[in-house]
Amino acid sequence: MSVMVKPNARPAESGGTPATNGSVVIDCKLDQVFYGSFLAVRDSHVEIERGKVTGFIGPSGCGKSTVLRSLNRMNDLIHGFRFEGHVHFHGRNVYERTIDPVAVRRYIGMVFQQPNPFSMSIFDNVAFGLRLNRFKGNVAERVEKALRQAALWDEVKDKLKNSGLSLSGGQQQRLCIARAVATEPSVLLMDEPCSALDPIATRRIEELMVQLKQSYTIAIVTHNMQQAQRVADITAFFSVDISKGSRTGYLVESGPTKALFESPREQLTKEYVSGQFS
Amino acid sequence: MSVAPGSAAAPVVTVRLQRSVFERRALRNGLLTAGAWAAAIVAGIPLVSVLYMLIVRGGARLSWEALSTLPPAGFEMGGGFGNALVGTVVMVGLASLLSIPVGVMAAVYLAELGPGSRLSRTARFATKTLTGMPSILAGVFAYAAVVLVTGTYSAPAGGLALAVLMLPTVVLTAEEAIKAVPKITRDAAYGIGCTRTQVIWKVLLPTALPGILTGVMLAVARAAGETAPLLFTALFSSYWLFDGGAKLMQPTASLAVLIYNFSGMPFDNQIELAWAASLVLVLIVLIINVVSRLVGQRRV
Repeated sequence: MSVMVKPNARPAESGGTPATNGSVVIDCKLDQVFYGSFLAVRDSHVEIERGKVTGFIGPSGCGKSTVLRSLNRMNDLIHGFRFEGHVHFHGRNVYERTIDPVAVRRYIGMVFQQPNPFSMSIFDNVAFGLRLNRFKGNVAERVEKALRQAALWDEVKDKLKNSGLSLSGGQQQRLCIARAVATEPSVLLMDEPCSALDPIATRRIEELMVQLKQSYTIAIVTHNMQQAQRVADITAFFSVDISKGSRTGYLVESGPTKALFESPREQLTKEYVSGQFS
Repeated sequence: MSVAPGSAAAPVVTVRLQRSVFERRALRNGLLTAGAWAAAIVAGIPLVSVLYMLIVRGGARLSWEALSTLPPAGFEMGGGFGNALVGTVVMVGLASLLSIPVGVMAAVYLAELGPGSRLSRTARFATKTLTGMPSILAGVFAYAAVVLVTGTYSAPAGGLALAVLMLPTVVLTAEEAIKAVPKITRDAAYGIGCTRTQVIWKVLLPTALPGILTGVMLAVARAAGETAPLLFTALFSSYWLFDGGAKLMQPTASLAVLIYNFSGMPFDNQIELAWAASLVLVLIVLIINVVSRLVGQRRV
């Protein structure tokens, strides 16, 4: 992979582009997602807008993580996963037969729930993606830039050779963010990135997200409504449908965060954001 | 304890905090602790006493001459086991070259590529069976596969027999080490855009390396001390392995077989050398074990 997509670069508006306005980076129309015979999510249309933070909220089991991980085909690793619908990214459906999921993941980076640095030095962790892509430029420069973007540089600049695992939980998570942004992906997916962290570390990551959205498009799953209100520009609320004896998630509504929390269109959203169920 | 006015009087609680050695519970605790101590000491006795004997009887004869010269004939004095040392190193090296790449790659298949497949279930079962196989059968196998085919006892035949013995240890420990890499680490690798091959080579194997090396070292240590599989594959030799045009296809001496041969001889010189060779062998195994522990502890 020699071509790097610049953040905020215009998408290649080639054939098959859906009729969306230009600021949508990922257009995900999810009809049905199965794990084996279990219908996990249905009928959810999510748009991720450029340069904004899109928050996915909802009760446990509502499929918000499934939707997020469908965007960069991480769910392909799960046995029995089946996706019906489309995820348009730069004018292509990433679920097309000719698309390489590995290539998709290089443009749509990911930060996970548990901090998961590799068992190698801090520097090598951040340089990992660059080396993977046979990056020709100055690796050290890019590592420093990524660590600065992740607000970690000042804490680790004197111990870049130390193990990534020697850092605290919050630092590890910022290291993972640095690792993800080092290759300058177009979109950053974050799957409950603060759920394993203490409140102070959480605060730092939240501040970081607000800074990062200047360079990257971010989609974040969160269990925490206050967090969604603090960081997300757009919020998508998912819920669980247990009417057919199974637990299937679906999108209830999405919109600008302020509007969704203050004047939700749906009764269910109103009940959820006012804390009547969780 | 003050009682709030109006409430019912609190019941008086007596507590006995005094330690009593003769109470049933305390007695039992003391006895079991003493028993555990005794058992731990007993468990240490064999190794310590063997080491003591080896150091006393083998240390007396251990010298540069013993390490660097050829074995003596019948009534000859002096001599050493240099060729056996070389032979052991060469054969264990050959065995490692055969078993480590095959074993680690097999472990990658078992742990990562097809953990539940029929092939891996079969291979895992075969490997576990091989673990308990008497080592002399490995010798029989190599005898049939190499000695009969090439028509001569040789170092490669011995190496193959040792490789068969090393393989299960390498496969099973490497599989465990690879499986122990957390799922979130795999997710991170896939998430950053690794292909499956890159996940294996750049993340799984480096992360599992300390565990894999521990298994490899244990297998090497075991192979270095094996006698039975070498008896009719490498046989023995009183000459240098690479003497006369670096020929590998000739009977080859090893420390283990030298100890076996010399300890039964009616000559004091040979018996002393057998003691010294035993000490060297134990030291090699000990060093490898210590190194494997150090490597196993190392976390990047």
